[in-house]
Amino acid sequence: MSLEKFSYDNRTVKWFAYACIGWGLIGMLAGLWAALALVLPDLNLGYAPTTFGRLRPVHTNAVIFAFVGNGIFMGVYYSLQRLCKTRMFSDLLSKIHFWGWQAIIAGGAITLLMGCTTGKEYAELEWPFDIAITLIWVAFGANMLGTILRRRETHLYVAIWFYIGTWVAIAMLHIVNSFEMPVSFLKSYSWYAGVQDALVQWWYGHNAVAFFLTTPYLGLMYYFVPKAANRPVYSYRWSIIHFWALIFIYIWAGPHHLLYTALPEWAQSLGTVFSIMLIAPSWGGMLNGLLTLRGAWDRVREDAILKFFVVALTCYGMATFEGPMLSLKNVNAISHYTDWTIAHVHVGALGWNGFLTFGILYWMLPRLFTTELYSRKWANAHFWLGTLGIIFYVIPLYWAAFTQSMMWKQFTPEGQLKFQFLETVNTVVPMYALRALGGLLYISGVVLMIVNLAKTVRRGSFVANEPAETPPLPKVIHTHGKSHWHNWIERRPIQLTVFSLIVVGIGGALEMVPTFLIRSNVPTITSVKPYTPLELHGRDVYIREGCYTCHSQMIRPFRDEVARYGEYSKAGEFVYDHPFQWGSKRTGPDLARLGNKYPDSWHYNHMLDPTSMSPGSIMPQYPWLFDDKIDKGKTPAMINAMRKLGVPYPEGYEKQANADMQKQAEEIASKLKKDKLEVKSDKEIVALIAYLQRLGTDIKSNTVAEKK
Amino acid sequence: MSVIIILLGASLLVAIFFLAAFIWSVRNGQFEDNFSPAHRMLFETKPNESTCSTGNACTNSNCKSRICQHN
Repeated sequence: MSLEKFSYDNRTVKWFAYACIGWGLIGMLAGLWAALALVLPDLNLGYAPTTFGRLRPVHTNAVIFAFVGNGIFMGVYYSLQRLCKTRMFSDLLSKIHFWGWQAIIAGGAITLLMGCTTGKEYAELEWPFDIAITLIWVAFGANMLGTILRRRETHLYVAIWFYIGTWVAIAMLHIVNSFEMPVSFLKSYSWYAGVQDALVQWWYGHNAVAFFLTTPYLGLMYYFVPKAANRPVYSYRWSIIHFWALIFIYIWAGPHHLLYTALPEWAQSLGTVFSIMLIAPSWGGMLNGLLTLRGAWDRVREDAILKFFVVALTCYGMATFEGPMLSLKNVNAISHYTDWTIAHVHVGALGWNGFLTFGILYWMLPRLFTTELYSRKWANAHFWLGTLGIIFYVIPLYWAAFTQSMMWKQFTPEGQLKFQFLETVNTVVPMYALRALGGLLYISGVVLMIVNLAKTVRRGSFVANEPAETPPLPKVIHTHGKSHWHNWIERRPIQLTVFSLIVVGIGGALEMVPTFLIRSNVPTITSVKPYTPLELHGRDVYIREGCYTCHSQMIRPFRDEVARYGEYSKAGEFVYDHPFQWGSKRTGPDLARLGNKYPDSWHYNHMLDPTSMSPGSIMPQYPWLFDDKIDKGKTPAMINAMRKLGVPYPEGYEKQANADMQKQAEEIASKLKKDKLEVKSDKEIVALIAYLQRLGTDIKSNTVAEKK
Repeated sequence: MSVIIILLGASLLVAIFFLAAFIWSVRNGQFEDNFSPAHRMLFETKPNESTCSTGNACTNSNCKSRICQHN
């Protein structure tokens, strides 16, 4: 048997590792800032880019796509080469993939701070970035598949299936959810409207968690946990079932983000049922990881790396038990719109993704630099700082969530709501402060890790091309005894890719196709009309400032919500909403029926200084809206784009739109003047007031939804 | 709501298909070798392989044995 000599590419792995650490720190600091801003609203410094509504998307996109994203690529590039016993397919593609991804992240962060956003959670990046992401993702896929095809090992280890499944599903999700109509270079409107947009968005949003934060990391888990423990995975059989069951079931669960909303009931039930089923494969995966450590538990006491892995797997188990529980409608009635969701996602993000990443970094970097980790003591200190950080993060938020939800729902014996919304906010603000402390502890652990790894790197010597040798792949594979179909597919990456696509495609198609085709799913309401040009501009301001990160626009049919906000929301009200703005968290009250609730002057004063109208409010001030002018030049393009998307503006209306806008703006300005507030009619605040006064006014409570 | 019938039917068909495929694969003894893949990934492919005192392969070619598994 002749041996082939080749080398592993460690340089790309090192780059991705550095990017993962650097972006991770930036993303977490943005999160800490956002967390503190909920306690001290003045932290926005009166400056748009540092306001919560813009910082939060920066934080979420940075930790998901920059920290975890680079973490995925780091782990995949390291493990794939060694599992396939070959160098990455193309060094050029590796370079393109690395620099392309970093460029997207940097550009994305800057444009998000500038306020360029699609207004859809975790898909906020605007259309040029969506195209760039697609291209880079294809480069990554080509590089990965090329490597797999040139492998010197017949069998595809389970980690590789998870990588392939990840690639296929993310490609599908990203492309479908990114259908948008460009208005200008950095502005677009979602292709879908209202209920359909919500369904597609949360099909994407939930599966970003599934196929960006979960499946690739499970692949890494199946490689690095056995490696670090020097024990084979507990059950290879489980891992096969784990893979197929997980990717098939996960896709369906998106609607659990929309329980009790205007989404059709059948879709909600479908999402709930599949969410419950998800416990099985998720816990199978967790147990498979934990039981891999059987016989190595004595080392867990000493070895920080294994400690990180154990807590990561445990947090994965906790989050995947909690997710199905939150998908039960009766539990969701309490948890939705509260900090429970935030706590839930951080168990997964801080525990599962964060700790697995740290463990991999501590294990892998010393190997790349042929040295030992500088300080095991510091790694252990990092472990405890991180664990304390998670505890201080999630427990106060669970407390806050439950407290606030119970307060929202309480009535006095006379049948009045017992608490003002603001009272409930002020009750939980101390918990927000504790949460920020948890974040600070977690970040200090990360800083300790950076110092530790930097010292490790400094004393090591980097091996850019690690030599290796192995026999070539035999032309004919001899099997002993019968050959079986799954063995067959385990050796065939192309078929595995196609089958994975079929499996993940089924769930998405069966949920979405009926929602788009069956008209009865969205009953039309004749009194619902398109937005006026001024309101459209106001809506753009609302989306740009990220108002949807704290305010929902979706009243659920509960006694307390109807009493507090007004008539519950109907599917037909949102047919012109590109994108939908239902939100998923109520840091502030719901705005679905805000129109005509307060005079224009109230909104004017409130946006200038929220505490002047609501003492104790934690909403930041928006002084720039009073200086910046409405971009009149964009109006025709906006009307045209909306018309192309099916909003019934008459032909040629784009020529008249600016005149109509002027008229409506002057009406608002004169109303404000009566209240002794001087404002020019071309300021953004006027557009925002117009939009806020329009919200929910199209239907009166006695309107009956008619089917056309 | 008629769509739910279609959906239920389609979901059931898909579920039955997967269940059948799974049962068939088990009966075919597809899970016979659950041993070697899990173990194979633990071995390193190093030129002129030498081992550390702990019996694990070194990860650098000159085998300064500084990165052996600590047991």
